Amino acid sequence: MFDLDMSPYAAFVWPAWGISVVVLGAVVVRAVAASRKWKAELKRLEDQPTVES
Amino acid sequence: MFGLANPQRFMSFTRPLVPVLWVVATGLLLVGIWLSFTAPGDYQQGDTVRIMFVHVPASSLGLMAYSALGISSFFALVFRHPLADAAARAAALPGAAFTLLALVTGSLWGQPMWGTWWVWDARLTSVLVLFLFYIGYMALRSAIDDEARAARAAAILGLVGLINLPIVKFSVDWWNTLHQPASLLRAGGASVAPVFLAPLLTMMAAYGALFLAVWLTSIRTEIVRRRVQAIRARMALEA
Repeated sequence: MFDLDMSPYAAFVWPAWGISVVVLGAVVVRAVAASRKWKAELKRLEDQPTVES
Repeated sequence: MFGLANPQRFMSFTRPLVPVLWVVATGLLLVGIWLSFTAPGDYQQGDTVRIMFVHVPASSLGLMAYSALGISSFFALVFRHPLADAAARAAALPGAAFTLLALVTGSLWGQPMWGTWWVWDARLTSVLVLFLFYIGYMALRSAIDDEARAARAAAILGLVGLINLPIVKFSVDWWNTLHQPASLLRAGGASVAPVFLAPLLTMMAAYGALFLAVWLTSIRTEIVRRRVQAIRARMALEA
């Protein structure tokens, strides 16, 4: 079964997992957000009639 | 393999691959978390053994990401291939994040087990140097306005940093360190108990898939960004 009682080391185990979730989450969000931003910008430029895609 | 060095072919090849990698990484992470918190506590370390399931994968991926950065830098320098430069650039941030996590989670593991947050032993110091190489690489790229010059300077730094990888790996063998010797990749097989090996290997696979997903996504983004810049430059000329 799931064991979430980390005592007496909870002050070390949870921060280690917590910072891992936060940092990896930030890396993923940044990669996906940058991808969406530049794809949208490319589409906007290619849709302009003066630019040949 | 070298056919993929063409940005167009790379985009076509990775378009269906990236979503699969995101799904695989998410699935492996969920299984890894479940295995990590259903494994028993270690008879000596208690529940701090669960820090190993995030610390060791982060350390391994910090090294692997730098290998990707260094090898890509070599191809960017020697063949001046733009995709290689994009690959090196895309590996820097996730690699720095994994290395930072290795340092922080290692410190959080070290305090209850060694009685100290930090020691200047060879393993910890060489991993800190690895992190500084990542920071230096990213700082150098953003410090030079001319992208071609920035790429060349950063590639040289990236190559120099490769020297540090065997130092990190073998530091525990070459010097007396507080950090334990290798317990996975060692002669005679892994010394980790089987009950901890399953969650550890699953988390390592999850981190690996996550890195690949982020890396490929970022390389694709870099290719798109360069295309945008080329179009903007052409529009500026036409105007």
